[in-house]
Amino acid sequence: MTAILAANAELIITIIKIVLLLFIVLTVNAYLTWFERKVVAHIQSRWGPYRVGPHGLLQPLADGVKFLFKEDPTPAGVDKFVYYLAPLLALALAMTSIAIIPFGPDPIRVFGHDIYLGIAPPDLNIGILALFAITALGVYGVALAGWSSNSKYPLLGGLRSSAQMISYELALTMSVVGVLLLAGSFNLKEIIAAQGKHSEWGLLGWNIWPQILGFFCFFVAAIAETNRAPFDLPEAESELVAGFHTEYASFKFAMFFIAEYTSMITVSCLCSIMFFGGWLSPFPASWTWTHYLPSLILIPFGAWVIWDGFRYETIFGKLILPVVGTAFAGLGGLFLALPGVNDFIQAPFWLLSKIFVFLFVYVWMRGTLPRFRYDQLMAFGWKLLLPVSIVNVIVTSFAILKWGAK
Amino acid sequence: MTPPLAVFFALAALAVIGAVSLILQKHPIHSALSLIVVMVAIAGLYLLMGAEFVAAVQIIVYGGAIMVLFVMVIMLLNAGVEEHTSLSKMAGAPGLLLVVALVGFVAATVARSAESVQGSPQMGALSPTSGISNMIFRDFVYPFELTSFLILVAILGATMLAQREKN
Repeated sequence: MTAILAANAELIITIIKIVLLLFIVLTVNAYLTWFERKVVAHIQSRWGPYRVGPHGLLQPLADGVKFLFKEDPTPAGVDKFVYYLAPLLALALAMTSIAIIPFGPDPIRVFGHDIYLGIAPPDLNIGILALFAITALGVYGVALAGWSSNSKYPLLGGLRSSAQMISYELALTMSVVGVLLLAGSFNLKEIIAAQGKHSEWGLLGWNIWPQILGFFCFFVAAIAETNRAPFDLPEAESELVAGFHTEYASFKFAMFFIAEYTSMITVSCLCSIMFFGGWLSPFPASWTWTHYLPSLILIPFGAWVIWDGFRYETIFGKLILPVVGTAFAGLGGLFLALPGVNDFIQAPFWLLSKIFVFLFVYVWMRGTLPRFRYDQLMAFGWKLLLPVSIVNVIVTSFAILKWGAK
Repeated sequence: MTPPLAVFFALAALAVIGAVSLILQKHPIHSALSLIVVMVAIAGLYLLMGAEFVAAVQIIVYGGAIMVLFVMVIMLLNAGVEEHTSLSKMAGAPGLLLVVALVGFVAATVARSAESVQGSPQMGALSPTSGISNMIFRDFVYPFELTSFLILVAILGATMLAQREKN
C-alpha cells in the first residue's frame, strides 16, 4: 500500500490539490454572490441580504439548497445533447482556467515532497497562452446554450455573446503582449519575478506603470470576456429576459452562475499577476515590519466581528459572529506566534488581497455603470481598444529596443 | 504500455472518432462540435510531443477563433437538419477507389519515414518559443510574410465581394 502511494505521490498530491481547490473556489463563489449583493445593496442605499443568518451570511447556503432542489424541467424542442453539454462546458472550462494560476512562489515540504500552491506545474512554459486557450473555448458554453434552447431570446443572447467575445479577445490578447515583452516569458511565475527585479522599488517596479495603456485595454476586454456589467449584453434582462440561460433552471442555471463567478476570479488573478506584481509586496523588501500586516489586519477585524456579535439582535448572531471573529483573530495571532508560517503566507496574502480588490472593482462597476448599447460595444472594442493595444505593443517594443527591459 | 503512449492512443482515438462523427452528424452544429473535438485532440497530441506553444496556438486559433466563427455563422443562418440522399453510385465507386489510394499512400509514407522519425528531436526539443520566433522571423521570414500578404489579399477580396453585393 505504502509502495503504491510512494510511486504515485505526484498523482495523489495533484488529485488532492484539485479537490481542495474545487472546494475553495466553490465556497468563495458562494460568498462572492453574498459579497456582490451586499456591496450593490449598499451602493443603492439598501441593506441587502439580512435575514438568513447574521448579516445574511447563510444566504449562499440557502441559495445553494434552493438550486439543488428546484424542479429541473427540460423545455420541449431543445437539442438535448447540446442543451446538457453547454453548462457542463462553461463550468469545466472556467474551473480549468483557475488551475493554471500559481498562488505562491515557495513550495511546502510535506513528507519529502515539494507541494506548490496551484495545480499546474510551476515551470509551465505556456502559462498565459494556456489561459487564453481555455478562455477562447469558453465562448462555446454561452453560444451553445443560446442555440440549443430553441428559443428566441437565448439565441439572441448566444449570438451577441459570441460576437462580443470574438471582438474583445483580440484586444485582450494584444494588450498583454507588452507585459510579455517586458518579462520575456509566457510563464506566470517569471512574469511576476520580472516585476520584482528591484526589490527596493516595491510597487514602483510593477508592470502597471510602463503598461498603463495595456492594463486599461486588458481590464476592459477581460470584463467583456466574462460577460459582466457594463458588458452583460448576452443576458441583458431588460431586452432579452435572461439571455442565453433563459431556458435553464435549477442546478444547470447555477452552473452558468458558478462559471461566471469563477472566471471573475481568474481575471482578477490575471490582473494582479500581470500588472500588479502578483504575490510581491507593494513595499520595499527592507521594510520588514510590513510582514506583520496580515496579523495587523486580521486581529482587529476579528475583534470587530466579536464586538459586532455581542450587540447583534438575534441569539443566532450572538452565537455565530463571535466564533467567526475568534477564528479570524486566532489566525492573526497564529501568524504572529510562528515567524516561519508568517514568512510563508506573505506571498499568498498579497496575491489574495489584490484579487479581493479586483473583485470589489468588478462589483463596484456593476453597481455604478449602465449597460453599453450593442453598437457602442462593437465600436468601443474595434475602434478604441484594439488600436490602443496595438499602439501599446509598438511603443513598448521601441522602448525595449532603446533602453532594454528595465 | 507507458502512460504517454496510452494518452497518445486515447487522443488519437478521440481525433478519429471526432472526424468520423463530423461527417456522419446530420445537424451542422453537431458537425462543428465534432470538428472542435478533433482540433482539441490534435492540440493534445502536440502537447504530448512537447510542442506546448503550437498546442496553445492550435486551440486559440482553430478551436477558439475559427470554430467560433463557424458556430456563429451556423447559428446566424439558422441552418436546419441536413437532408440525406442515397449515395450516388457515380460518386461512390471513384470515392472508394480514392480512399484506398489515399490510405495506401499515407501508409507507404509512414512506413518509409519510420527510420527518420526514430532519429527526430526528442520530446521537449520543439518547445522554446524563441526557437519558433527565430524560425518564423529570421530563417523563413519571406515565405512567412508572403503568406500573411496572401491572407490579407483574400480578406480584402472577400470584403470587396460582400460590399458589391450590397450595392
